Amino acid sequence: MIALSINAVHKQFPGVKALNGIELSVKQGEFFGLLGPNGAGKSTLINIIAGLTKADSGTISVMGYDVTTHFREARKNLGIVPQELVFDPYLTVREAIRIQAGYYGVGKEGYRWIDEIIDELMLSDKANTNMRALSGGMKRRVLVAQALAHKPPLIVLDEPTAGVDVELRRSLWAFIKRLHKEGSTVILTTHYLEEAESFCDRIGIINHGELIALDSTANLIAGGIASMSRLRISTTNSEHTLPDAVKHLLIDSTNKNELVFEFNRSQYSVLNIIDALRASNIAITDIHTEHADLEDVFLSLTSNTKT
Amino acid sequence: MNIIGFKTLLKKELLRFWRVAFQTIFAPAVTTLLYLVVFSQALDSRVSVFNNIDYAVFLVPGLVIMSVLQNAFANSSSSLTQSKITGHIIFILLPPLSYIELFLAYTIAAMVRGMAVGLGVLITATLFIPTPIHNFAFLFVFALTSSAVLGSVGIIAGLWAEKFDQLALFQNFIIMPLTFLSGVFYSIQSLPDFWQLISHLNPFFYMVDGFRYGFLGVSDVSPWYSLIFVIIAMLLCAGITLAMLKRGYKLRH
Repeated sequence: MIALSINAVHKQFPGVKALNGIELSVKQGEFFGLLGPNGAGKSTLINIIAGLTKADSGTISVMGYDVTTHFREARKNLGIVPQELVFDPYLTVREAIRIQAGYYGVGKEGYRWIDEIIDELMLSDKANTNMRALSGGMKRRVLVAQALAHKPPLIVLDEPTAGVDVELRRSLWAFIKRLHKEGSTVILTTHYLEEAESFCDRIGIINHGELIALDSTANLIAGGIASMSRLRISTTNSEHTLPDAVKHLLIDSTNKNELVFEFNRSQYSVLNIIDALRASNIAITDIHTEHADLEDVFLSLTSNTKT
Repeated sequence: MNIIGFKTLLKKELLRFWRVAFQTIFAPAVTTLLYLVVFSQALDSRVSVFNNIDYAVFLVPGLVIMSVLQNAFANSSSSLTQSKITGHIIFILLPPLSYIELFLAYTIAAMVRGMAVGLGVLITATLFIPTPIHNFAFLFVFALTSSAVLGSVGIIAGLWAEKFDQLALFQNFIIMPLTFLSGVFYSIQSLPDFWQLISHLNPFFYMVDGFRYGFLGVSDVSPWYSLIFVIIAMLLCAGITLAMLKRGYKLRH
């Protein structure tokens, strides 16, 4: 079953085309990453999914329910952790979470689950503290708890770990991974690409309101720019003549004792290059290889589409 | 209808003003009582009201309904404006709450606060100035409908205002003058014909006059006429507010 379906969504703000015909489906049980630079249109898309912004055209459905015509069912199936650190200054942590669940029609029967969330997110000590007295990281945990209070099958995390400490990140990811394992669909936007690379099955990259890449994380990293590798060779020879076979692969030799080669793994291998260098009597003292990661893919794709 | 959602929002709105009850209930009640002391002492022998009715007794129902109106307005308008400014309005926009549920919760909370302050003023004032109750049903219905009108107008103001400065503009240039010129402190029969006519165009006049009838059994115009006028105002304001909420005016872009 499709958890989230986005069909030809357009949104124009004065002077800015925020979304230009986005088409995207996320299957139930997927861990999906939505990436893009600032101003790419991610937040606008999430706001339209949440019903905070109206699309000019196109449709979005959550668990099969249209977000405008069947907004109640769609919203009941959706939990959103907003990017902004917002809180109700009149409430304690427990009240804020229980009240949020109440808005979704969850009464006292949900208190046990709420206590579990409070515990999992390490908020137990602060459960009866007023929201105003919490640190930024604690407020972020409460936002996560509020989004999960009604047990939504589709969870959207909009920059959930922005500006939070390592401990929270760990506990948050452990909890999200548990929810995902138990069947929840998770959509993540993050600036920490290593998080997306570690957790997401599939990634969509959005730029200038358009979806410029959509593939499994493994395929994105394996193909195109991601099939490039760098080889860093340390050598004792400061004067050397490179063999013709690898000369064109050299991209940096500013440090006389270090040579940097860039090559496509489908055409060359590290061994080929090392053998060629040794055949030319270049003494190798150390080697270091680097593979392209999601960040390289992201930078390559988003810089290519700049207008 | 999302009954639990509606009840939760109503509870949250009640909790909001109860948590700061000194500011939202006791302070307005004290301010109104100061009006009562000052005006009843300063104007007792100078303002002519209905025959055989002391000015202080005349003043009590007027001040009670004035506090009901002003606080009903203040509750919904400040709650919405504050949550818009701080951004926590998102907590009621994300859940499956319809515009009708939002309207009812905000309006009822405003009515409760308005009537809580009004009750506080009434109880304290009657300790010093015994005030008769002629017809409880009338005063209750007028308190209910009038606070609903102002609760609704408060939502309109709260949706429109993007900062507290704009809300103060609404409060000081619309609500306050209409309240003060509605016959709280005088009977409009004491005014020249032109000002009587102008007073008849002020919807607040009918709220005050009808509410006062519930206490004193006398009024400037028929209480039934006032009741019809106030109900029409309530339906009109509710219609405008519901239309704004349905459209997501300044809430959903």
